[in-house]
Amino acid sequence: MVSILESLAAAVAGIPDGATVMIGGFGTAGQPVELIDALVRSGATGLTVVSNNAGNGDAGLAALIGAGRVRKMVCSFPRQADSWHFDKKYRDGEIELELVPQGNLAERIRATGAGIGAFYTPTGYGTLLAEGKEVRQIEGRDYVLEYPLRADYALVKAHRADELGNLVYRKTARNFGPIMAAAATTTVVQVQDVVPAGALDPEIIVTPCIYVDRIVRVPAPAQAPEPAGAGQ
Amino acid sequence: MSAIAAGTAARGLSKDELAARVARDIPRGAFVNLGIGLPTRISNYLTPDSGVMLHTENGMLGMGPEAHGDAVDLDLINAGKVPVTELPGASYFHHADSFAMMRGGHLDICVLGAYQVSARGDLANWHTGRPGDIPAVGGAMDLALGAKETFVMMNLLSRDGVPKLVPDCTYPLTGLRCVSRVYTDLAVFLIGDEGVAVRDLFGCTFGELADLLELTLLDRTGRQGSQ
Repeated sequence: MVSILESLAAAVAGIPDGATVMIGGFGTAGQPVELIDALVRSGATGLTVVSNNAGNGDAGLAALIGAGRVRKMVCSFPRQADSWHFDKKYRDGEIELELVPQGNLAERIRATGAGIGAFYTPTGYGTLLAEGKEVRQIEGRDYVLEYPLRADYALVKAHRADELGNLVYRKTARNFGPIMAAAATTTVVQVQDVVPAGALDPEIIVTPCIYVDRIVRVPAPAQAPEPAGAGQ
Repeated sequence: MSAIAAGTAARGLSKDELAARVARDIPRGAFVNLGIGLPTRISNYLTPDSGVMLHTENGMLGMGPEAHGDAVDLDLINAGKVPVTELPGASYFHHADSFAMMRGGHLDICVLGAYQVSARGDLANWHTGRPGDIPAVGGAMDLALGAKETFVMMNLLSRDGVPKLVPDCTYPLTGLRCVSRVYTDLAVFLIGDEGVAVRDLFGCTFGELADLLELTLLDRTGRQGSQ
């Protein structure tokens, strides 16, 4: 049963040091900046963060990394024009990086939510990112065995929730939200507004409430403009 | 450096001419992913009546042109994180669906940039491998393998005049035997079981091209070579 919380501090309460936290977003689109800010204020440290990028500019995930709270990043595209906080920590040897091709990252997250033990993917075969991994030829094609990525917490930004925790998203800000919501033990979602049950058309609900544990309302979320050509 | 290497800018196709050349080869109604950088220009030469539908791997089919002014919506961006627009009939989906769409072979064509392409169609485009460079792969490895056909669009020579179509890649690989066609400023190459064939030449002869590359080239231009 979902809890609708009044404060961001309550939404991120209980995230312990050393936790694995999935953070939604592709760049800043869909990045739950206010939840991340609350996580910074909570003081949790030694975190493993699973997110597509490793922070943009000085806000959100970049601030969490800059504050030294992240021990390890699992992501597909850390280096961008504005990823200076990550770049510094990485060059100083203060953050570990597990680089994962974007589609494998998404599928490894999805696999957890779907109860899949592991899967064979063609992506990465014969490359540096598949070194040491089990491979197998299936019907003449080469595949690499990849394992699910799970998390203790997922921090997700959706557009709107109903009071049961059903979610809809906006445009490409959907990105990792639905799969991360299903892959974490506790899923925390920030939304712009919460409507009564029944007010969302059941045909358009993207994330059913079964995947959602905590909701917090952030009526006017930050959306830092993206520099053009900041990378994938 | 050979004479042609020194004169590339003057002799070959410009970036926009090359983009138009690739666009001409994209069949009507195809589902296409255009990689970040040079391939993005191809969209400028796809007319609405071509029916080509663009996929962006961050979760959209039916992507429209870049957004400007009031049309900018920071929840609507492409894979390069540039604000874009939606066309009628556009759809949104999450990342696992977007890459399943790709990996499942549903896209017709993907066009990517490259550091190097080998004579077998191996692709290197994600990492320089230089010490101190922070690696970032994004969707490159998925894109290379996912579409029914993977095209590369690049200058044939690096800024230092070194060919980027090579017998074997020296940069870290993105994917093995995945590239079927290479569009460059000087020629269009087809890569198949029989080797590397030259289909079109731009401002150079087959002989000049053959002198430039350390590859055995097949002449499929339909005109007389001048060796």
